[in-house]
Amino acid sequence: MSDASVDPRYAPTAAPKKSVKLSWSDPVFRGLVWQVLIIGSVIGIVWYLASNTSTNLANRHIATGFDFLGRVAGIPIGEHPIAYEPSVNSFGLALWIGVLNTLQVSVIGIILATILGTLIGIARLSRNWLLSKLAMTYVEVIRDIPLLLHLFFWYGIVQTLPVPRAALNPVPGLFLSNRGIRFAELVWEPAHTGTLLAFLVGLVLTAFVSQRATKVQEATGIRPAVWPAALGSLLVLPLAVWAIMGAPFTWEAPTLRGFNFQGGGTLSPEFGALLIGLVIYTAGYIAEIVRSGIQAVPNGQVEAAGALGLRPGLVLRKIVLPQALRVIIPPMTSQFLNLTKNSSLAVAIGFQDFVSIANTTLNQTGQAIEVIALIMLVYLSISLSISLFMNWYNKRIALVER
Amino acid sequence: MQFRFAGALIAGAVLSLSATAAFAQSGSPTIDAIVKRGQLVCGVAGNTAGLSLPDSQGVMRGLDADHCRTVAAAILGDANKVKFAPVTTQARFTALQAGEVDMLYRSTTWTLGREGLLGTEFASITFYDGTGFLVKKAGGVKSAKEMDGATICVQPGSTTELAIADYYRVNNMKFTPILIQDLSELQGAFESGRCDAYSTDASALAGYRFAKGDKANDYVLLPEIISKEPLGGMVRKGDDKFFDIVRWTYFAGLIAEEHGITSKNIDSFTTSTDPEVRRFMGLEGDMGKALGVDNKFAYNIVKQVGNFGEIWDRNITSMGVPRGINNLWNKGGLHYAPPMR
Repeated sequence: MSDASVDPRYAPTAAPKKSVKLSWSDPVFRGLVWQVLIIGSVIGIVWYLASNTSTNLANRHIATGFDFLGRVAGIPIGEHPIAYEPSVNSFGLALWIGVLNTLQVSVIGIILATILGTLIGIARLSRNWLLSKLAMTYVEVIRDIPLLLHLFFWYGIVQTLPVPRAALNPVPGLFLSNRGIRFAELVWEPAHTGTLLAFLVGLVLTAFVSQRATKVQEATGIRPAVWPAALGSLLVLPLAVWAIMGAPFTWEAPTLRGFNFQGGGTLSPEFGALLIGLVIYTAGYIAEIVRSGIQAVPNGQVEAAGALGLRPGLVLRKIVLPQALRVIIPPMTSQFLNLTKNSSLAVAIGFQDFVSIANTTLNQTGQAIEVIALIMLVYLSISLSISLFMNWYNKRIALVER
Repeated sequence: MQFRFAGALIAGAVLSLSATAAFAQSGSPTIDAIVKRGQLVCGVAGNTAGLSLPDSQGVMRGLDADHCRTVAAAILGDANKVKFAPVTTQARFTALQAGEVDMLYRSTTWTLGREGLLGTEFASITFYDGTGFLVKKAGGVKSAKEMDGATICVQPGSTTELAIADYYRVNNMKFTPILIQDLSELQGAFESGRCDAYSTDASALAGYRFAKGDKANDYVLLPEIISKEPLGGMVRKGDDKFFDIVRWTYFAGLIAEEHGITSKNIDSFTTSTDPEVRRFMGLEGDMGKALGVDNKFAYNIVKQVGNFGEIWDRNITSMGVPRGINNLWNKGGLHYAPPMR
């Protein structure tokens, strides 16, 4: 039995090999030429700028390089989350403190602005006339004022607080003065770390129990009570650990000594004014994004949910918000980026964020190009991180079409 | 803030793009540019009473401003051909490096780093200053030594902030800095009591206190001067001819004061027989020609702006600051000019 020869017409053939013709009429060749030209000129321009800059710098006897990062900084920094001594530590550490300060104000600012903005956005859609008009006024007024004025305004406000000697003392242990907010702080001991750890373990346990409960519910339709386990692991367990480790509990209250309060925790006027300004300003934009997101959900969805007997709160949580988020997240990313970059206005009111410290470094060392490059690098890293996270989140909540 | 940021970026771009200038007339690109422009572009602070601050007519007044005028008088023969460019503490060096200004008389302290690393150099010292502290009288502080734990308002990017850090380290004390870029915001923070002390060059503090008028007595300038802050004219490195002119412009003011030559009586010296005075007046010796400017450059300086002492009295003495070490060498000060010959 001779094998039936395959009909040559059906034989699998490779795609016809396209040879690139050295002719302008060949689109492949044309494309190649353009790409080479464009890439070549980009490389050429970059090379020209780089070599010309270094030649000019050398001609002008300006030192270059990143050696200055290891030099002793000498620049005092008011607020440093990690230990810093100007006469000992380097410019590198000073700049790092700047990065931490920027991150600190940005992260807290983003969280607070999101909460405030969402509340105002929802309030604007409220059926309560006063509430919705108040929210509208907030949005319209706040958005119309430049951020710098916001910062000056809040910085001016906190400066009208009394001097430390006459500090306001609304509750024991809390002092409000033009040097900032001073509050009593818990004297941290190992027992507290243990308690915190126990609480974290409790969180994991509760999550586990809750997951089991969901499984049981899916299988039997009856959800076993979770709260006894939650109570036990979140409250009783940490308290037990705290009690076993000696139950230490002492507050360190700020006391007035010399020029200012000593001891306790501090929230400086500069940080406070910057944070309040950024949050209030950005919340105005976020409110509009949230409102538009909610309004983008067709009314039929709400009516359908109502027809199914869902309570209004549940409708908002289960029907409206998940769909609104898809509209909300992309513009929200821009607002988060804006807030982070706007925090560089801190220099105007004396909070030492990254730009402020980088500028001082620039001035003390004269390394303009290097420092500007560092500023760009830092903001690029922060912004890309925010973008990446938000894109991931956006993908996660994206509508899954079936 | 943004514009300063942009300024630095532009400066970077200028550094990147500016082709090497090919001037040949005087051998000094800076002088050629000034002559071609018909104007000296002089970087000043523009916000400090006594050093450079516009008056009610918008004319820049102050020690730094007048020293800018002397350079214009020397090169262009006209003290009014100055364009004052206010530059911030942080943008000043970039502005000079990138050629946005021809030179700085911007209360800038002469330090090793600024000559060694920035591609700039100091041609003169017009003010032997020092870092001081200004406090409110009501606080009762009498000495900087009592200021352990104090909060101090200071401008970022200045030698002041380094000086304070050093002083507090040496004296084993602690302080909290409040660094605000904008001078009026910074002074506002001091006024409101956010800071216990306002620190910068003692001259600027005196000017600030003086500007308070009737309320000047509510403020106390503490006796400690914690650092040396020689303020002078700064030029780009590599242009020696221009450097020479700026330096000798300053010396000319001193020589005039030594000989008692003032803007009022200078014309009576045209008949002088003193050889140095004759060289000074451009009557003999071709002193100006040696520098590449008009032989009457020193005459122009003194006639149009005044000698060093006149400039000082007009701007600094009027604020109630004693001349002290800023006097001539033969009157107990540090200002000393080499012979003009």
